[in-house]
Amino acid sequence: MSAKRSGPLAWLQATPFALVFLLFLVLPLILVAAVSTWRATDYELIPAFSAQNYIDVFNGCSSTSEMCVTLKTYLSTFKFCFLVWAITLVIGFMVAYFLAFHVRSVGAQTLLFIVCTVPFWTSNVIRMISWVPLLGRNGVINQGLQGLGLIDTPIEWLLFSNFSVVLAFVHLYTMFMIVPIFNSMMRIDRALIEAARDSGASGWQTVWNVVVPLSRTGIIIGSIFVITIVMGDFVTIGVMGGQQIASVGKIIQVQTSYLQFPMAAANAVILLVITLMMIWGLTRLVDIRKEL
Amino acid sequence: MSESSTPKSPARRSLIKGAAAVTGAMAFPYVRAADPITLRYLGTAVNQDKAIAEKFKADTGITIQYIPVTTDDVTKRAVTAPNSFDLIDTEYFSLKKILPTGNLLGIDTKRIKNADKITTLFTKGEVAGKKVGDQGTAPKKVMYVASPTSKEFSATPTQFMTLIPTVYNADTLGIRPDLIKRPIDSWKELLNPEFKGKTAILNIPSIGIMDAAMVVEASGIYKYPDKGNMTKKEIDLTIKTLIEAKKAGQFRALWKDFNESVNLMASGEVVIQSMWSPAVTAVRTKGIACTFQPLKEGYRAWAAGFGVPKTVTGKKADAVYEFINWFLDGWAGAYLNRQGYYSAVLETAKAKMEAYEWAYWMEGKAATQDIKSPNGDLLAKTGSVRDGGSYEARMGGIACWNAIMDENAYMVQKWNEFVAA
Repeated sequence: MSAKRSGPLAWLQATPFALVFLLFLVLPLILVAAVSTWRATDYELIPAFSAQNYIDVFNGCSSTSEMCVTLKTYLSTFKFCFLVWAITLVIGFMVAYFLAFHVRSVGAQTLLFIVCTVPFWTSNVIRMISWVPLLGRNGVINQGLQGLGLIDTPIEWLLFSNFSVVLAFVHLYTMFMIVPIFNSMMRIDRALIEAARDSGASGWQTVWNVVVPLSRTGIIIGSIFVITIVMGDFVTIGVMGGQQIASVGKIIQVQTSYLQFPMAAANAVILLVITLMMIWGLTRLVDIRKEL
Repeated sequence: MSESSTPKSPARRSLIKGAAAVTGAMAFPYVRAADPITLRYLGTAVNQDKAIAEKFKADTGITIQYIPVTTDDVTKRAVTAPNSFDLIDTEYFSLKKILPTGNLLGIDTKRIKNADKITTLFTKGEVAGKKVGDQGTAPKKVMYVASPTSKEFSATPTQFMTLIPTVYNADTLGIRPDLIKRPIDSWKELLNPEFKGKTAILNIPSIGIMDAAMVVEASGIYKYPDKGNMTKKEIDLTIKTLIEAKKAGQFRALWKDFNESVNLMASGEVVIQSMWSPAVTAVRTKGIACTFQPLKEGYRAWAAGFGVPKTVTGKKADAVYEFINWFLDGWAGAYLNRQGYYSAVLETAKAKMEAYEWAYWMEGKAATQDIKSPNGDLLAKTGSVRDGGSYEARMGGIACWNAIMDENAYMVQKWNEFVAA
């Protein structure tokens, strides 16, 4: 078997997918990187080799009095990334644990999985519009609390705030944590858990010392999903933040819609490098290829 | 596609072609196309109404295929993908970006039957003989080119128009009179701390900055020589004012999507915001009080028009001219006027509207019977008067136009700073 893996047949088998990657991923990325060194006017791109776009991105970042837009934006994106990652990890792990170890029938598991995809059934604008009656100034929560006499004036930070952005992210992307973790858990040999119990481990000890280490691959894959999505997102942050919270994706989107493609490309390259570094760090923690 | 399915003799085909070309060049009748033609119509959803395409198809047999995208994306496609449409409906301010690419052809006014009847707002910048504000990209500045292939605007009227106007209007602040409970008469109220956390502004930089400039001027902070073409210093000042307001919690949200603005207003999250006329109408059809408030400093106007890409030739080009002629012929104009926009040729639209409709929409008179939208929704009850009054009162009150500034790139960068602040 292992001899065949490097034979000409193996190369042939890998070719179609490699070509797809080359054509639709590598080539566009090279183009983006190339365009990021170009110059542009309002209506045309001028081929050049200049670092000016990158300098412009970090314009003002040497100032110590106030943080520049780029750093501020990345800091805010990192903050969302961390919060969403931590919350989806905890919730995702619990849901996956429940599905893998407590739900016995495959039918029930499938059904519950479908329930988890419900947030994806609507468009972003519809989703925002449906959050307003719940979280808004005159929404269900505020009116409920006021009705109970717990608050006098409506709580403003429920909507168009950091809170609502994180809430929407968690609502949407916990699914990406659940699936890979569930997948890893299903492959855990049930005899190991029995062995742990027989050796006198408590429920928590079994989870911490047996289930968590063996679900590590799923956790890392789920983390990669969540982090890459949140790093590049601009729609959810825009919609749930009332367009008042910056994100790197939003900056890129505004620049492309004003035909400033080179600037947008420079921002995209920086975002890509940072995200790749984060993923590289995560893959240091576990050898995904070996574990799969 | 259709050619292979319905073969015709070459003689007949060229005869029809010749006839079409002759009639197209000489007179302006609706050429009934020999082959089914489909025109790809790129624009924003604003006037891409299903009823208009259906009526045109019934009148001429030509199919209109709508490509609805955002204002910014219309420009982007016109610059980067001029092959992807046969007819463009874009805002006049975008021309500063599109025309230098050479992707649009000047429209020959000799082939447009009603060209000389297009309102003077576009040709001279006048309403009822009076000059209106021309700060920003006023249509008269970018209306003409010297030759069809010219990449520069002509300062004086010529035979060739860059765009044939479709709709235009003057925007102002929308308010919830039931929640504000006092008269509003100035743009400066948008940043009045009284409405802290209850205001919103547009997150489309080139339009939002104009609204901000109206506020800055109304508050007496600064008087711009030309709001539509700010210097870097003026941009800094305007954005600084916005950032201070944002940090103080003045804005509940920024909006970019038509539906977002409707929803913010209808839910009461926002009580005063920059708004578009049909959005106010949409809030009202929900039975919620909303006023498109005329302000003493005047309106920020916008205008859109049809352009012809250079990639369209032959029979398709004839069909494009046919559609433009049909559009100016009254039916479409009346349809748009009933939605609260204004049409390019007023007299043909008037002929297709009821007298009481004309009186309400255009003359600012009290409605003598219920005013309904083209789909039959009740818009105004008998006795009510349109916000902003007559055509002359509203369009005559224009202070500035949507614009692309020379310092556009810098402005966008600063706008991003405002969003990030």
